[in-house]
Amino acid sequence: MATLALDGRDGRGTGDGGEPGRTRVPASRRALQQVLRTSPLLPAVVLLALFLLGPIVYSLYGSLTNASLTGPRAANPEFIGLDNYAQLFDNPQFWKSLVLTLVFVIASALIGQNVLGMALALLLKTAHGPVRAFVSTIVVVAWVLPEIVAAFALYAFFASDGTLNIILGWFGMEGRAWLVVAPMVSVIIANVWRGTAFSMMVYSAALAEVPPEITEAAEIDGASGWQRFTRITIPMIRRSISTNLMLTTLQTLGVFTLIWVMTAGGPGVESSTLPVLAYQEAFKFSQVGYGTAIATVTLILGGLFAIVYIKALKPEVD
Amino acid sequence: MTQATPDAETLGLGASPERGAPRASRGGAGAALASPRRRNSKIAATVVLLAIAVAFIIPLGWILLAAFDSAATVSVKLPTSVTLDNFTQIMNVDTTFRPLGNSFIISMGTAVITVLCSVLAAYPLSRYAMRWRKPFLYGILFGTCLPITAMMVPVYALFVAFGLLDNLWGTVLFLAATSLPMAIWMTKNFMDSIPISLEEAAWVDGASAMTALWRIVVPLMRPGIAVVFIFVFTQAWGNFFVPFVLLFSESSQPAAVAIFGFFGTYGTISYGRLAAFSILYSVPVLALYLLVQRLSGSSFAMAGAVKG
Repeated sequence: MATLALDGRDGRGTGDGGEPGRTRVPASRRALQQVLRTSPLLPAVVLLALFLLGPIVYSLYGSLTNASLTGPRAANPEFIGLDNYAQLFDNPQFWKSLVLTLVFVIASALIGQNVLGMALALLLKTAHGPVRAFVSTIVVVAWVLPEIVAAFALYAFFASDGTLNIILGWFGMEGRAWLVVAPMVSVIIANVWRGTAFSMMVYSAALAEVPPEITEAAEIDGASGWQRFTRITIPMIRRSISTNLMLTTLQTLGVFTLIWVMTAGGPGVESSTLPVLAYQEAFKFSQVGYGTAIATVTLILGGLFAIVYIKALKPEVD
Repeated sequence: MTQATPDAETLGLGASPERGAPRASRGGAGAALASPRRRNSKIAATVVLLAIAVAFIIPLGWILLAAFDSAATVSVKLPTSVTLDNFTQIMNVDTTFRPLGNSFIISMGTAVITVLCSVLAAYPLSRYAMRWRKPFLYGILFGTCLPITAMMVPVYALFVAFGLLDNLWGTVLFLAATSLPMAIWMTKNFMDSIPISLEEAAWVDGASAMTALWRIVVPLMRPGIAVVFIFVFTQAWGNFFVPFVLLFSESSQPAAVAIFGFFGTYGTISYGRLAAFSILYSVPVLALYLLVQRLSGSSFAMAGAVKG
């Protein structure tokens, strides 16, 4: 908790601008002092303004132009108002992509990573020591690996002559070209495989802070394991749960590499989430303005999630 | 039995073996181990965990096995003949060393710039009360949430306008900016735990704030800075999408993009070499992860940012 305490340090330092031992400072000096004190922020603020705030503002503006990658419209894009958005909202492909994005985020992050992460955290609590170390290491390695390597590993797993089909063959089941037949299922499982470690670590840390006396007392009073989990453990770690839900949501919203390597958004647009669609429109079809509009929608979506996240954290922040 | 009163429990009346377990575990871990129900659930947990572990190992196993297989395919199998050929074939400047070198330059540059900027920025945020400190910190928190992949189209357009396309340092500056929000949060939290009284002593002796920062605060928070540094370095090392969009000449592409070339451009994919390259590319971040665990306890760098 202490780490998110925005105001935890207000009492310390030199609150009203005077240094200890120097009570009266002329106004002009104080202004100078303020500037001097905040000046270390400058490099960070410049970088953030140029490369983070800049693109966001540009994204809002660029989506109102017909900019393209090449040709005359690359140098002198025209302002076309909300045409890109009108075109976007008219395009069934955009709506499909939006739905795919929501499916991807809900199935792989909100459900998959969180449920499996929680299950792993609970199981790790009861398992034997060496097993615990071994399993958590394996899960974490999947998360620490560079995203593109993880994507290759899962591509190989789901490919039509890949490992999954060989295993299914042992059980007499017929293999399929999973990346073509079920691209969304494949990338959802892939994202669960890669991202679960994060939830597992967050929940393990949270569970470790639940005082064992409380669950033991409930056990003595006759509460079943499930009752103890839903009535005591979950309410006690709900803050970690909401934080983790939001973080995994936002991470998953931005997933590009995994999908691009495994399916390239295909077949057709069957697994084109918003980041993939934006990339395709902007860089493959050279519709920068249109791609920017998609990016803007994604950013707004992320912004909405972020606001919910920050609101959910607020009790911790204040 | 189902409604046994606490008194009956404490007196040990009518306690079934399972009922005995919790009290035993309060008494001592050795007693809890002896309880049959605890042992059964422990065995069940172990079995389920091992099953999950197998599901996680299989894709990882493919990389390891294929790298040493002279005839690797996409499926997991024991190598027909174990060989180091895949590694020796890619051990040249164009395929491996230059991309890894570029990765190193990008990650190192990003991490150095990010850590310098965030230490500087964290100092006033941690030490002084400022009117707009809270909105600024909220803005930073908001910034940590932005999906960077969604920003790449406008970033590309911006890089065209700045003339920074295919420029290694432009990419480094952008990566530094994207990792700054998280890094500032983590650094500020580490800095908050350094007592201010030490600096006050230095101020009384006439040291400036910057002197106090570099001479007193930074040395004290070295492990925290190392955690932030490794965290940023690892993220930049693994980033594929940003260099994929912003860097296109082969001479400046990092390993993440070079490896995609293995996969995409050559007609038939040499899975063995792909896997071998994957290992060379992954080992540094795995090693750094182990280091960061040493430095920050077991809960990884997130501890500084997400949970306290």
